[in-house]
Amino acid sequence: MTTALAGRTARQAPAGRPARPTRRARRQARTVALFLAPFLLLFTALYLAPIGYTVYQSLYRMHRSGLGLSAPTQTFSGLANYATALGDPDFRGSLLRVLLIGAVQVPLMLLLALVLALLLDARSTMFKRFFRLAFFLPYALPGVVGAIMWSYLVAPGLSPITAAAHHLGLHLNLTSDSMLGPTIGNMLTWGWTGYNMLIIYSALQAIPAELSEAATMDGCSAVAIAWRIKVPMVRPALVLTTVFSIIGTAQLYNEPAILHNVAPNLSSTYTPIYAAYDAVNANNFNAAATESVILALLAFVLSFGFLRLVQRRGGAL
Amino acid sequence: MSTTTPVRSAAPATRSAASGAPRAKRQPASRWLVLGVLSLASVYFLAPVWWLLVSSTKTSGDLFSGNGFWFGHFALFANLREVFTHQGGIYWQWLANSALYAVGGAGVSTLISAMAGYALAKYAYRGREFTFNTVLAAVLVPQPLLAVPLYLLFSQLHLVNTYWAVLLPSMVSPFGVYLARIYAASSVPDEIIEAGRIDGAGELRIFMTIALRVMTPALVTIFLFQFVSIWTNYLLPVLMLANDKLQPVTVGVVGWQAQRAIGPTAVPFNIVITAAMVSAIPLVVLFLSLQRFWRSGLTAGSVK
Repeated sequence: MTTALAGRTARQAPAGRPARPTRRARRQARTVALFLAPFLLLFTALYLAPIGYTVYQSLYRMHRSGLGLSAPTQTFSGLANYATALGDPDFRGSLLRVLLIGAVQVPLMLLLALVLALLLDARSTMFKRFFRLAFFLPYALPGVVGAIMWSYLVAPGLSPITAAAHHLGLHLNLTSDSMLGPTIGNMLTWGWTGYNMLIIYSALQAIPAELSEAATMDGCSAVAIAWRIKVPMVRPALVLTTVFSIIGTAQLYNEPAILHNVAPNLSSTYTPIYAAYDAVNANNFNAAATESVILALLAFVLSFGFLRLVQRRGGAL
Repeated sequence: MSTTTPVRSAAPATRSAASGAPRAKRQPASRWLVLGVLSLASVYFLAPVWWLLVSSTKTSGDLFSGNGFWFGHFALFANLREVFTHQGGIYWQWLANSALYAVGGAGVSTLISAMAGYALAKYAYRGREFTFNTVLAAVLVPQPLLAVPLYLLFSQLHLVNTYWAVLLPSMVSPFGVYLARIYAASSVPDEIIEAGRIDGAGELRIFMTIALRVMTPALVTIFLFQFVSIWTNYLLPVLMLANDKLQPVTVGVVGWQAQRAIGPTAVPFNIVITAAMVSAIPLVVLFLSLQRFWRSGLTAGSVK
């Protein structure tokens, strides 16, 4: 009885609405469709379709005949590509490397950004405008330019840093295997601290001045005010910058790829996305697809895992 | 009653005056400490940029000798001439390509984002929350993670190695839709839309003549952020474009850096450095002149 009734209403109103839509509602529905169509179309074609196609590709394998005379055939291979990718020590190493770089670099960078934002927010600080722009300048340079610049600043034979160290009797090679991680971490910190600082700084500026005034009255020191009042109040900004940084680390590509030009010892599977790019170049699309899916899943699990963790610990964001 | 009011209002004034005096007395030391820390940090952030500027004025030989942070033989103009004439003047082409990708992609994505954001903010329809949540989730999918999937799809569609391979993906900006919706919801009053309807204006005309005008600051912000992300993008164009006539300046300069020491096509260090420096100028100028807008864009991110 209910289903029959529902069926009849659905037939009468194609939009699925219980009541017959008025002429104005129909016109508005057309307008909404018109306004949304360009974005949704491009979004579907350029976000959803590539992701879907990549997942599909990750489940298939190309089989070439021994002589390469007949066209290669594609067969369903289930999760075999995933087993191959995760069994590959190079790819596993790239995942671990990025996790390690992120685990060290992200907290350091955000701590630096927070401290700089707090100092800039302090009432007695001088030359605020100059410092704000100075810290932000690296973000205003294209990441590639920053990477080229740093690659020369650390390159053996060209680096003024190692030259200065040499004068002091230190023999430093910033592109040796053991220094590649710290060097890339430094490039990331240099490029992104100012951006994160500005987000935190904007949040700090939204805190009513009366709060710190009152705390000063109660005898709170500036440091105590910063850590007890200001930092808890900019929690949302800190959460946001952390999530952005986690995702940013997952897509690490420019810095190692450009550093490779001066440090040939940096392997082409240094980071996961670099490894996927390498697989594309080797025409192994299925492997590239699989590695991309693993990387996207990892970024998703880490960023959402972090969000869940802070939500559970601190109630609302 | 009447006596309490002046007392109350006077109290904060005396308080701040009282607290101001001791602070001024005991602060100088910590003030210098703060200044010292901030100066040290600004040296870290500015010194590499200074090195880039100084190096772009040097000859190749000077780069390897003397103080890296001070000028040598001044060869900036010779370097610039070489940047713009090397390989048949292809650097001009790269700048033009970057401009085409950035202006075209950001222009289209700004208009599309404004339309979608306005619709999401101002019309109640079924599935609105679903659409918006999908857009929000997509904000967290960064372009570089999409680059390999896009390449796999585009190579199937034979779009690789065409202008469209870079231009099309630049036209979508979930962050732009997010920003446009937030801004439209708070700045375009329902009364104006209703008044327009009563006057007999169509929905499209209301959008074009009223809403777009009110949303201008948001549009500039969206355009700016999209422009910057296209201009600085590297992974997508380097995957998509093998033909160096189609490449944007980022890919071109890195290509020069990679050939620095190989055979007859070797590009000297000083040319790579000057080319990198020049490619950063448009963005720095943009950031400096549009501070108001990018700061509001960053704040929009932090309230989310």
